[in-house]
Amino acid sequence: MNPHLMTAAEIGRGLRAGKYTSIEVTRHFLERIDRANKPLNAFVTVTPERAMADAKRADAMIARGDGGPLTGVPLAHKDIFCTDGVLTSCGSRMLSNFIAPYDATVVERLTAAGMVTLGKTNMDEFAMGSSNETSWYGPVRNPWDGTKVPGGSSGGSAAAVAARLAPVATGTDTGGSIRQPAALTGLTGFKPTYGRVSRYGMVAFASSLDQAGVLAQSAEDAALVLGAMAGHDARDSTSVDTPVPDYAASLGRSMKGLRIGIIREFFGEGLEDGTGRAVKTALDGYRAMGATLVELSLPNLPLSVPTYYVVAPAECSSNLSRFDGVRFGHRCAEPRDLMDLYRRSRGEGFGAEVKRRIMTGTYVLSAGYYDAYYLKAQKVRSLINADFKRAFGEVDVLMGPTTPTPAFAIGAKVDDPITMYLNDIYTIGANLAGLPAVSVPCGLVDGLPVGLQIIGPHFAEERLLAAAHAWQLETDWHRKLPPLFA
Amino acid sequence: MTLTRRDVEGIAALARLEITEAELPVYVGSLSRILGFVDQLSSAATDGVEPMAHPLENQVQALRNDVITESDHRDRYQGNAPLVAAGLYLVPKVIE
Repeated sequence: MNPHLMTAAEIGRGLRAGKYTSIEVTRHFLERIDRANKPLNAFVTVTPERAMADAKRADAMIARGDGGPLTGVPLAHKDIFCTDGVLTSCGSRMLSNFIAPYDATVVERLTAAGMVTLGKTNMDEFAMGSSNETSWYGPVRNPWDGTKVPGGSSGGSAAAVAARLAPVATGTDTGGSIRQPAALTGLTGFKPTYGRVSRYGMVAFASSLDQAGVLAQSAEDAALVLGAMAGHDARDSTSVDTPVPDYAASLGRSMKGLRIGIIREFFGEGLEDGTGRAVKTALDGYRAMGATLVELSLPNLPLSVPTYYVVAPAECSSNLSRFDGVRFGHRCAEPRDLMDLYRRSRGEGFGAEVKRRIMTGTYVLSAGYYDAYYLKAQKVRSLINADFKRAFGEVDVLMGPTTPTPAFAIGAKVDDPITMYLNDIYTIGANLAGLPAVSVPCGLVDGLPVGLQIIGPHFAEERLLAAAHAWQLETDWHRKLPPLFA
Repeated sequence: MTLTRRDVEGIAALARLEITEAELPVYVGSLSRILGFVDQLSSAATDGVEPMAHPLENQVQALRNDVITESDHRDRYQGNAPLVAAGLYLVPKVIE
């Protein structure tokens, strides 16, 4: 039995057919984590006891005939989701002592579907980063090449699934934090429409951008897990109250007649040659499947990175004001007075990138600068949103690369925030407009994976999953494993 | 946009962040660069454009009846607090 060579859907089918038990599958993955986690640093916390209890419960569900497609299938959660009784660190020293007193809605729903929690994955501190190098728990290594970053901020989830330490993992995407690491590790990374998945119990970074999603081996796995986690939640006031379709049922849709928009702005300066070639080959593949390709321009899209680096820090400076050293989290030793308590607890608890973003946000929201920066950025956000709206009047989906380059070396970009920020140049637009988007593996450049990004209009999850699945029926890029972990 | 040491000290105070002497010049440099980078927004023509605060249109704020739905978890929640006594969170003396 080699469950690590199977997708989540395949493991689920085998479990329901009685070929093996969830206890056996769970033990297999716990052993793989035991062997491989140290060099990768993908998990902050492994939860073997909870996993075995979940597995036992899942086996009983299956024996009763109550099992669904994911019952008994193990998964890993990004350490941004609260997990009852388990450390929820968000990759920060600030929360390195925080034992969550409840489950996030995402965790609750996937547990109710019978999934088995293996542990919590490493991430950029408070999800602020594109390389998983800002974590208090140290950088994560890319399973395809240990000298390279796995991307971020969901870098631990990406590395865990890419190395098959878990069949599937949750992630969050504020500016590309699911799609970018998925592209750099050869996975299918799905970011749903803003509001599709509850943010309750998900540590907040930028509330008008944050959205939970999946890092998976295939579009089919993404469809199953997304279906189980999505839906209205009264505990998140921005959660959308529209029914969740049967995503798995949409996978068979034909690509014939699909109108694909090719974003001109995504193929300009900065795009590495090999990545560009792999994406163009994928586009030809869609044409061969019967889709029509239209080149179009979104003229305001090049302003998405500067817009994001006003809006996201502004929201972060407000959200992270809750960390005060009083109710939970890190507290400095022997504070002189209340102000000293606040300032030293926060100064010690937050890392350099988080402090940089809090200060950027504080500045752009401060009196005298609010109009010039924050209000201006919100207006440009409107322009970018209007560009997307216009595009979706002409085409069904937009396609382009997920990242400008394959994975870069650990340490290569840490000294220059702007260079690091520009990694997300192709992914941030979808967050600003709240659109669903997916990255699917479309090739290898010098042994490193690259991703094709597909963006759709609000609530077009089914269309994106069908397009990703159609590509995966024609190719086997998503089936490739890092040689060291095969 | 170039910030001074004084500017960064002021921002850090507003943000309730202690910044060490050694860190200060690093933030002066990187925050100036970030503000210089986002300054390109000023080139966009935005006269008459509505600011966008939320990605979805036509969403209404959900309302619920004003009744208690939560049970008491005080002791559990205070298990994460650095310092409590008699069910209260303790901070350094504020009033002399």
